[in-house]
Order: sequence, then C-alpha cells, then structure tokens
Amino acid sequence: MPRYFTDEHEWIDVEGESATVGITDYAQEQLGDIVFVELPDVGAMLDKGGDAAVVESVKAASDVYAPITGEVTEGNSALEDEPALVNSSPEEEGWFFRMTIGDRDELEGLMDDKAYKAFVDNL
Amino acid sequence: MPPEKLPLDAWHRDQGARMVPFAGYEMPIQYTGEHGGIVAEHEWTRTNAGLFDVSHMGQLLLSGEGLDEAVEAVLPIDLSTLKLGRQRYSLLLDEEGGVLDDLMVSRWPGHLYLVVNGATKFDDIGHLREHLPDEITLNHLDDHALLALQGPKAVDALARHATGEYSLSDLTFMRFGKFSIAGHNATIARAGYTGEDGFEISIPADAAEEIATLLLSEPEVQPIGLGARDSLRLEAGLPLYGHDLSPDISPIEAGLIFGINKRRRTEGGFLGADRILREIAGGTAKTRVGLTLEGRMPAREGAEVYSGDTKVGTVTSGGFSPTLGVPIAMAYVDQAHAADGAELSCEVRKKRLPATVSPMPFVPHRYFRGS
Repeated sequence: MPRYFTDEHEWIDVEGESATVGITDYAQEQLGDIVFVELPDVGAMLDKGGDAAVVESVKAASDVYAPITGEVTEGNSALEDEPALVNSSPEEEGWFFRMTIGDRDELEGLMDDKAYKAFVDNL
Repeated sequence: MPPEKLPLDAWHRDQGARMVPFAGYEMPIQYTGEHGGIVAEHEWTRTNAGLFDVSHMGQLLLSGEGLDEAVEAVLPIDLSTLKLGRQRYSLLLDEEGGVLDDLMVSRWPGHLYLVVNGATKFDDIGHLREHLPDEITLNHLDDHALLALQGPKAVDALARHATGEYSLSDLTFMRFGKFSIAGHNATIARAGYTGEDGFEISIPADAAEEIATLLLSEPEVQPIGLGARDSLRLEAGLPLYGHDLSPDISPIEAGLIFGINKRRRTEGGFLGADRILREIAGGTAKTRVGLTLEGRMPAREGAEVYSGDTKVGTVTSGGFSPTLGVPIAMAYVDQAHAADGAELSCEVRKKRLPATVSPMPFVPHRYFRGS
C-alpha cells in the first residue's frame, strides 16, 4: 500500500477508499516525550492543511494538520492509555486516525518515501 | 540580534544537546541519547544528579561604602540578619510594587553577590545602577559560568572534587562557601531550582568545560536541559520569572511574602513599599495557586480558569508532571476560589478540564537542612 508524506511531517497510508494518518519518526523525535494526543471526533470533516489533532509533549502543544480532505472514520483508541506509542512506534502502532479520501487528486501533491527522506535530510 | 554563545556551547553540542534560543543565548533544551529526553532527564534529576548549565544567569558583585543601607533602599531585604556565608531569596520591585525580577543575595566578605535571571539581567543592572548611589560598585561577573548540580546524589558526586576549608557536607540549604575544583576557584551554594538537594557552582568561564567534563565523568551525573529544568521547578512550586512573575504581579499576590523580610514589612523604605505594605495589611484580590488537572491534557500558560461559568483566573505556567503522571499548573485566581480543594476548571481548546486547587510544592522539597 502506498505511503505518502507531507512537509508538516505527517504520513498517510492509502488503502482503497481509506487513509490512515500519523506523524513521522522525525516529528516525534522533534516533539519529545508525548503525554497526550487529542484526536478528531469520528465524523469530523477535515480540510487539507487544516487542524486535525493536537499533540501535547511535556513542554508544548503542537498541531497536526490534515494531509488531505475527508471524513474521520476512526481514532486510535490505544493512544488514550498510551500516548507514548507515538514516540516508540510513530509509523505503525502510534497511528492517529483513519479518514475517507475526499479528493484523490490531493494525493498527487504529497511526497513519497524517497522524497520525504531527502526533504528531512535537508532540514 | 542573533543569540550569543555561552562558554559551554560546544560542550553541550558534544553531549548531543538540542540547542534553542533562550534569554538571548543558544541553550540546551534537552539532550539526545540513552539518558536524553525531557522525561528521562527529569527522572534522572529526581533520583540521581543532574548537571545544568545556567551560565545565562547574571552574576553581580556589589561593594562600596554604605552597601547594606543602599541595597535596602532598593530591595525589601533585611541585610542585618544576612550573615556571612548565607544566601537569601529577594525581589527586585518597581516603584509600583510590580516584580522586575527575583534573585538570590549572598553575603561575601565586604561584598554582596547577586544571581539574577538571564532574560532580565541587563535591565536589572540598569535598574540597580539607577537606584544605587555612585559609591556602590556593581561588577557584572560575565567572565564566570554557573553550573547547577541537582538531585539526591549531587552531594556524593560533587564531594569527590570540591575541596575547601571545610567539608561540602557542612553546607546546609542556602549556605555557600569558597571551594576548589580541579585547582580552580569555585563558589558553591547549596541551593537550586528543582526542589531537590543540590548545588550552584560559580566558576571562571575558562574552567567551565574542564569542570563540567569532570562532573559528568561521575556515574551519578547526566546533563539536563531547560525542558526538564522547567518541569522540575513546576513540580517544586517555584515561580518562573516572565511567566508566573511579572511587573503586573506583586509579590504578595505571588505568595512570596517571605521575600519581603519581616522588619521591612512594617518599616517599608524600599521601592514599591506603598503597595506592598497596603497589600500585607489588606490582602489582594487574586493569588497564585497550584492546580492539579484530571485526565492527561495539560493546561498551558494563558488558559482561562473557571468556577462554573465564571472566569476566576488565568494559568501562568502548566505542563505534565513526570513524577505525578498528571497535568499540573500554576494560576492566579480570585481569593474566593483559591482554597486548597476548590473545584475549578481550565479551558483548553474550548474544552473545560476539571482542576483542583492543590498545595504547592506538588512534589515535596528535599532540601538538606542538616543531619
């Protein structure tokens, strides 16, 4: 299944009509110890680039943006009890939410694995 | 102006520090590696010994004829009771009684030694120079670094290197002495900003790297960044200037009446005394409290505090307590809602988080006051 990345350090896995969203290993490293994740409600309509979730580290709160437009279908309930999953397994168990794909064309503008790696290496 | 570099800048980077601009300097917010990260650094300090670089802070030396009298005209301190080798918390106030800074004052032979906050030090120097007579000399010891070694094992690690006329273990909380570390002069105070036993160590800047490396070679010691410094002081209930203290806040509102020494509470005669004495007699409308929040979502600086639907205060600093595993905060609230146990709420992103007024410190202090 293809994985895309944004320049705001979110990843998005596309499987059929559904997408799973999380933050990258680089992002969790920058944020530090995560103590709470505020996920969007199921049914919430997200706009590409708009606020989707909030990550609270010990030090600060950071916004996570919607990589594409769509409707939230599921939140990762494991993060309620164990927000540190975002630190330990950011690109697997620490996923944030699933959503519908409102406009497939929006995927075109995202980076693939190789492009994202190059992007991070230049930061 | 780009941030300046402190004497240990390269040393921090060698230890894997992530550097951020703070108080006009590039400073370590946290370190990477096995023991790095804010929570790991926090817990290390509570159980072992954390080494902090606080060289951004201002170290000032005052001397001259009539020193005590001149300083008492500015600070609400009683210098007649500050003995040689003792250190005391004090406040720099403006004419209206607002807090310009909080600081430590130590009695050296023939001198008073002040440690002030980094972000305010040049304003502090200007303020002191304006209000102290010309006979008083003010030296900014900017050729000195300041390290803090904090935690229950700090004394063991430091005692292996600090030699002096008497043993390091003879120092009790808020006392200081002259020692030698690796042949360099070191003024060591038993004090700090974490709530733990520990030391603040003033050393020549050109010896900072050697001494930091020496201390770090001890098995109890890891370097600790600003992130954990903030979470540690928050748990210890210690206010942070620029957040919990400001020119808009009086020390009486802040619950820092101990910073107005007893004789001065009746005599006055310091900057801002009119308001301070009035507030000591008549009380204040709001006061600084601790809050413990339900759940895991922290309330940060600026969050509004409610009792029912009525706004009764504002959070001035808040975060997640690694020791307690819950969010904690400091807030200024109306006196009617400031009693321990009062049930309030904090508004964060349009949600109301239940919060209970809690005694501070959140985590008990473990200062060494003598065995």
